[in-house]
Amino acid sequence: MLLASLPFYPLISFILLIVFAKRLSWHVASFISVGAMAIAALVSMRLVLELSAMPDSVMTANLWHWFNLVTKQGSSDVNMSFYLDGLSAVMICVVTGIGFLIHLFAAAYMKDDANFTRFMAYMNLFIVAMLVLVLADNLVLLYLGWEGVGLCSFLLIGFWYHEKANVLAARKAFIVTRIGDTSMAIGLLLLFNSFGQLNIEALSSLLQQIGSSGTGFSTEQLNDIYWIALLLLGGAVGKSAQLPLQTWLPDAMAGPTPVSALIHAATMVTAGVYLIARMHHLFMFSPEVMTYVAWLGAITLLLAGFAALAQTDIKRVLAYSTMSQIGYMMLALGAGAWSAGVFHLMTHAFFKALLFLTAGAVILALHHQQDLFKMGGLLKKLPVESALFVVGLVCLMALPGTSGFFSKEAIIAQLWSSNTAGPALWWCAIIGAFITSIYSCRLFFLAFLGNKRYRTGLVVEKANLMRSALVVLAMLSLFGGLISLDLSQVFQSARASISFENEPSWLHSVAIATPFFGILFAWYYFKNYRLTKGQDDYVLSASTHSFAVFCRNGLGFDSLYKRLFILPYTWLAKLNRNDIVDKTLMSSAWYIGLWHDVMTMIQNGSLRWYLAAFGLSILVLVGVTIL
Amino acid sequence: MTLTFIMVTLFIAGILSWVCENRWRGSAKWCALLVLTLLATVFCIFVVTANHNFESLTVLSRVSWIDTFNIEYSIGLDQLSIVLIALTWLLAIICVLVSWQEIKHKAGFYYFNLLATIAGIIGVFVAVDMFLFFFFWEVMLLPMTAIIAIWGHENRHFAALKFFIFTQVSSLLMLVAIIATGYFHLLQTGELSFYYLDWLSLNLPLSLSQYLMIGFFIAFAVKLPSVPVHSWLPDAHTQAPTAGSVLLAGVLLKTGAYGLIRFVIFLFPEASAQFAPIAATLAVVSIVYGAKMAFAQHDFKRLVAYSSISHMGFVMLALFAFNDIAFQGAIVTMIAHGLSSAALFSLAGMIYQRIHSRSLADMGGFWQSAPRMGGFALVFAGAAFGLPGLANFIGEFFSLIGAFQTLPIFAVIAAFGLIGSAIYGMVLFQTSFQGLAKQEIIDLAPRELMICSTLFLMLLVIGLYPSLLLKFSFGA
Repeated sequence: MLLASLPFYPLISFILLIVFAKRLSWHVASFISVGAMAIAALVSMRLVLELSAMPDSVMTANLWHWFNLVTKQGSSDVNMSFYLDGLSAVMICVVTGIGFLIHLFAAAYMKDDANFTRFMAYMNLFIVAMLVLVLADNLVLLYLGWEGVGLCSFLLIGFWYHEKANVLAARKAFIVTRIGDTSMAIGLLLLFNSFGQLNIEALSSLLQQIGSSGTGFSTEQLNDIYWIALLLLGGAVGKSAQLPLQTWLPDAMAGPTPVSALIHAATMVTAGVYLIARMHHLFMFSPEVMTYVAWLGAITLLLAGFAALAQTDIKRVLAYSTMSQIGYMMLALGAGAWSAGVFHLMTHAFFKALLFLTAGAVILALHHQQDLFKMGGLLKKLPVESALFVVGLVCLMALPGTSGFFSKEAIIAQLWSSNTAGPALWWCAIIGAFITSIYSCRLFFLAFLGNKRYRTGLVVEKANLMRSALVVLAMLSLFGGLISLDLSQVFQSARASISFENEPSWLHSVAIATPFFGILFAWYYFKNYRLTKGQDDYVLSASTHSFAVFCRNGLGFDSLYKRLFILPYTWLAKLNRNDIVDKTLMSSAWYIGLWHDVMTMIQNGSLRWYLAAFGLSILVLVGVTIL
Repeated sequence: MTLTFIMVTLFIAGILSWVCENRWRGSAKWCALLVLTLLATVFCIFVVTANHNFESLTVLSRVSWIDTFNIEYSIGLDQLSIVLIALTWLLAIICVLVSWQEIKHKAGFYYFNLLATIAGIIGVFVAVDMFLFFFFWEVMLLPMTAIIAIWGHENRHFAALKFFIFTQVSSLLMLVAIIATGYFHLLQTGELSFYYLDWLSLNLPLSLSQYLMIGFFIAFAVKLPSVPVHSWLPDAHTQAPTAGSVLLAGVLLKTGAYGLIRFVIFLFPEASAQFAPIAATLAVVSIVYGAKMAFAQHDFKRLVAYSSISHMGFVMLALFAFNDIAFQGAIVTMIAHGLSSAALFSLAGMIYQRIHSRSLADMGGFWQSAPRMGGFALVFAGAAFGLPGLANFIGEFFSLIGAFQTLPIFAVIAAFGLIGSAIYGMVLFQTSFQGLAKQEIIDLAPRELMICSTLFLMLLVIGLYPSLLLKFSFGA
């Protein structure tokens, strides 16, 4: 029953915070919200321990009966039920563990905000929805969590709703992901129609049963699977900010930094990855879609890498880097490297949370300055933060020994020989790694080396709460790669028969060496970012080359979508604001009104008019008769 | 007997509150509230203690009315009408509560009209004789028109007239269809009958029944409403006083859906199956067009009104999918939309009372000064755009998943309504409650808090535990 209770700790905290709102002091509110997260994290640990003792490594908990769908083939129960296996265990640990650390950080970071309790309440609600998402045993409950995290993300991006830009960013995030969600919903409709099942476990056994039976899938079923997988992929790209629905993520940085760390880096954006991993039984029967997944991931990771190279805002660099790292995960899933993809999800959560939170601490120290070109030389001023940031970046670049290294290498190693990936995608991943280390270095040089380019003094707070969370995250980032993830039971059927025989021997050395080449390149290319110049008020500005600007603006996707979708829709809405259908119907009223006027005009009671009309009519009649 | 008693009492109580108001100012609302609560309790007790399970239409009383034409006063109940009447009771009480401070002028006559409308609505849901049904259909129309025309906003006369003419013209078609069906019954069995259960056993050729079906269909499509005969609704909803909008959106539209179920689909199953592609097209167009129109609006109430068109499109689509799941979806959507649109209109009324404007341009940043109201606004907007966990999601999900089995293309297009609803929901919530604070408003008063939290709890309970509704078959 421990499993069933897991989402309720943050839920109770949410309810308390929302109900009592501002009546709670900072101490009480943060105690409740962070405490609930601590309990949730402990319960998760405990569950993982219990899970490893289970014979088939599966735990279930049924809360209550939601509804059932009765069809001619039979009925499918959709319950409020949780399902814990190796995959969801990883996810709950990441969600509650990282979530706890970020809550801890946020309690200190947001201390002075007037709406502190509201903020913590949303964060708690987000954890609830995320837990429901990863624990759901059926796709409808998963969809509930899916929409729930979307709502929380919307609320938190628009947390400082007084500014128009934040409101618009929140709206964009919600609507763009909603487009993906709709695709996913249609996928569910098709899935239910084809297989009469929405329960994930039942579905996977059904698929395996049909797949391994003598006749196998009929062409129609295979066609359905293709479409279902494609539609679910649509949902995944929306949530995980992959091409073509990636445009919302950079704007989502309008939210407070802990939000960016928790939702837009560590947990929610990986929900798409989770969905595909969870539905791997289905995807495996559609190798075409797997290839699409791989290519989508590869293209996203490259484009996002280029975009990250040109950003001036520290959080936007990290946002694009998140997008790019999720691209790696997608690439892994597409290649059938399921465990590696999930492993990268976990390590990425560690180091990206660390990077975002450290960036938050830096931003706070600089009076909410986010522009990289107005930082510089922080290495000496903020040594602890700098060190932590270096740890994060080293993991991001995947230098040997760090957690990022283990997971990224695991992905890259399986690409070359995979049936659904191949050498071309391997090269994409390598180029991506090269770009990653370049933009990481650029970020580090701009923020921490070179001249001091900020005017105001630094606010150096000795917030132990914040520091302690960061240090734990740094430890996890450095050594998290040593956690051995055993997902073989989850992806049992998926153990692809990859033969590594025909691989050239230089693959691994190239993969390991690439980040160093990137660093070397950046070291010389971004020389003036890192070197200290003599003069005091040295101004450094971002490149205004048209290509750089193009990259900075997210490679033109925003303006493309604006022209393709937003403008036509608003134009149409504006054009037809008065409802053309109504106007058409009401023209009959106008017509009747017209006759009414004509008739009243005729019946005016004036004798001369009547006489004239009489005479005229006689004239016409006579004329007609004669002619 | 009990049902007759309830309807008559409602009418008498209407007159009573009118009289009371003339004697003691401010007593009418208490009178109305008291009567409604009592009668709702009576109704609940009656249904719970009745020794029927109401799985099929159970006739409760049957008295001859106009002998010459074999017209009877016959009333009955089944699960569908019970659920809808329960919704009516809830929203009727909420109507009184939202009018509490809004209606000052001619309050006695107002409550008379309100109670008369409710009596009419209940009559529509219980009538088994078709002529009686038509009678109640008109009874509910007149006082409703009066409510819009007397207590409405600036353009009330136009809106009331439009509402009246649209409904009247379409109900004339229904009258013709009723008389024709009665006549065909005479031809077939040698006896004139307007009794619904007699009609059910009528076996008309398709060539005939399709015309009769269309007569009924048009009347109910106007009421539902469906594109292209929807345009009375935005005007009527916008101009009506808050309680009028709540009642219109919450219950009156449901009489259209109820009619579609009972007198189109159950009565002419073959003809309506044949008609399904056209009806489904209209439904899908309503969903998408309503969502698009809602996005374009600047007026809070008008936006919600167009969103109603979109939601009722789901009901129509689900009904004409001829699928059990979709049918359940249609019913849950009816209830859910009744609650969520009532909630949004109540909210519009509360905002109007504070800032005396319905224009979204005058709103903004209310969250700062009225956080509770903002929270409820978010949840109700969330219900409107189908947030899982709330009732509307269950309705839409069932409708879509059922419709997909028989009309896949239509269901897919209808699913795009989900995007459209997110867009207008965002616009509605964000322009009114987020952004720069245009002015400060007072947060919810206890009475308003009660209205909002009741509706919210209902939405949440149905959303999380839909078995409350889904355990009934509704005669499917």
